[in-house]
Amino acid sequence: MQKAPNGTRPLLWLKPAVFLGSLVPLALLVLRASTGTLGANPIAEALNQLGLLALIFLVASLACSPLKTLFGWTWAIRLRRMVGLFSFFYALLHVGTYAGLDQFLDVRAVLLDLGKRRFIFVGFAAFALLVPLAVTSMGAAVRRLGYARWKRLHRLAYAAAILAVIHFIWRVKSDVREPTTYAVVLGGLLLVRVVAGVREHATGGGSRWWRSGEMPEPSAAKSALGGRAAIPAAACVQSVSVRAAAPCPSGAGGGHRSTPSR
Amino acid sequence: MASPPQNVPASEITPEPLYWRRREFIKNSLLFAATTAGVAGSLLWLTKGGRATNRAAAPSSEAALPGMTPSLYSTDDPPTSFADVTTYNNFYEFGTDKSDPARLAHTLRTRPWMVTIDGEVRKPLVLDIDQLLRWFPLEERIYRMRCVEAWSMVVPWIGFPLGDLIRRLEPTSHARHVAFTSLLDPEQMPGQLRRVLPWPYVEGLRIDEAMHPLTILAVGVYGRTLPNRNGAPLRLVVPWKYGFKGIKSIVKITLTEEQPPTTWNVVAPHEYGFYANVNPAVDHPRWSQATERQIGELARRPTLPFNGYTEQVAGLYTGMDLRRDF
Repeated sequence: MQKAPNGTRPLLWLKPAVFLGSLVPLALLVLRASTGTLGANPIAEALNQLGLLALIFLVASLACSPLKTLFGWTWAIRLRRMVGLFSFFYALLHVGTYAGLDQFLDVRAVLLDLGKRRFIFVGFAAFALLVPLAVTSMGAAVRRLGYARWKRLHRLAYAAAILAVIHFIWRVKSDVREPTTYAVVLGGLLLVRVVAGVREHATGGGSRWWRSGEMPEPSAAKSALGGRAAIPAAACVQSVSVRAAAPCPSGAGGGHRSTPSR
Repeated sequence: MASPPQNVPASEITPEPLYWRRREFIKNSLLFAATTAGVAGSLLWLTKGGRATNRAAAPSSEAALPGMTPSLYSTDDPPTSFADVTTYNNFYEFGTDKSDPARLAHTLRTRPWMVTIDGEVRKPLVLDIDQLLRWFPLEERIYRMRCVEAWSMVVPWIGFPLGDLIRRLEPTSHARHVAFTSLLDPEQMPGQLRRVLPWPYVEGLRIDEAMHPLTILAVGVYGRTLPNRNGAPLRLVVPWKYGFKGIKSIVKITLTEEQPPTTWNVVAPHEYGFYANVNPAVDHPRWSQATERQIGELARRPTLPFNGYTEQVAGLYTGMDLRRDF
């Protein structure tokens, strides 16, 4: 097995496979819509599926870092930006379907809905929070903002997910099992981060729990992880240049040490 | 095991680095395919995106109900397709997804089926559904049906006026309301294993609403016996009210003095009133009731007061504040 110099596998197939798999539900939706097999209320069906996909990808993007924390799986971090962008992509299609097909671009009806219905308002707020995250998802934005600020900004993903779950709960008539499942998963992910943050704070960052030893060094990670690694690497460079800080946080998710409470 | 061939020219032997790269390529291809399938499969499972709806193009298994006379109460609107009427159903006794009844309602046994009629009547009785069917001539009533979720259908029901049944049972002077109860049997209705609603489902009408000629007990749809998924063997249809008033699989009809509890009103009183008259001016707290999407159409259409039956039923509510009594 070919390995990168630091011992991590390049997993060249990972990103293209997740990318392709993530487009399958959309392809199937388009296929079913064009063949008239989306059921009796195709617009509602498309709306529900697109919204649910946006939430699934949002929760999945928030699971990447806890997966590394719990199991040391760094591969999930490499997928985070793409998964997050898929969430935005499906949310955009969801909002577009609502405004364009469900309301037939009736701007007045959409604005009335937004103003009067808290369920639509929180959904729209969740979408609005995703916009700056999508816009600043590229490495250049991290360099411009500085890693610490970029990271603070991207904690909005949690707010967006919480709002999206509330949107889901308020949408259903009485059966809240499905939205509750997402709420529980989201709560669990948040808990992992809080606990990890507290522990890290207590142990000064050297905890084995972080499996910091397994994380690739930035220079190696850059080649192994592709563009994603550019983010912390760039952030390091900046923090070093500004205040000659202690050793660079390593690897893709390496910023933990400088900002414990993610 | 075959021994390695001795006479292969050196030029045809794959160089070792290439040989390893080929193995790597095959391995990565398999991992790529498996990951793609895993991601796609998980997403489709979570969104139920791959589930095909069980749609019959025409009525098949249900028995034909011949000789139906057209009714003057029928609308001229073209009926929603049989496939849509029988696959897009809210019938929480079989699950909360609209495709659940079509998949799961086959467990309901509609014969023998006894209906208890009691309360403020001089002739309380327990009646077999087949006997009940012989009491009244069946009519086809093509009605608009407006769901509280802001979609609608046009359904060619088959049934008889509820008022005919009530008159036959001779209500007492205390009979002010009519209470309806659905079957309670989690073995036949697996959705009742979960308390998404308090079971059994109950509904109610004021006696004048129940006696109104538009109010029917339906036993069929599209010229055939009612499929299980649509509330067989006996269901209520009140076309000027939201669809949830149309209680399904009725086992008990009780005439009462007091206003009876109604399921959705008990669950969420600020969202679902006892009257539940279709009213575009009174929004559901979470969504607008001003427009609806008729199944089969793409654009929304305006919702009509009393679902378009104002002329016939507005008189029942003179002097009432329908914003308060929604």
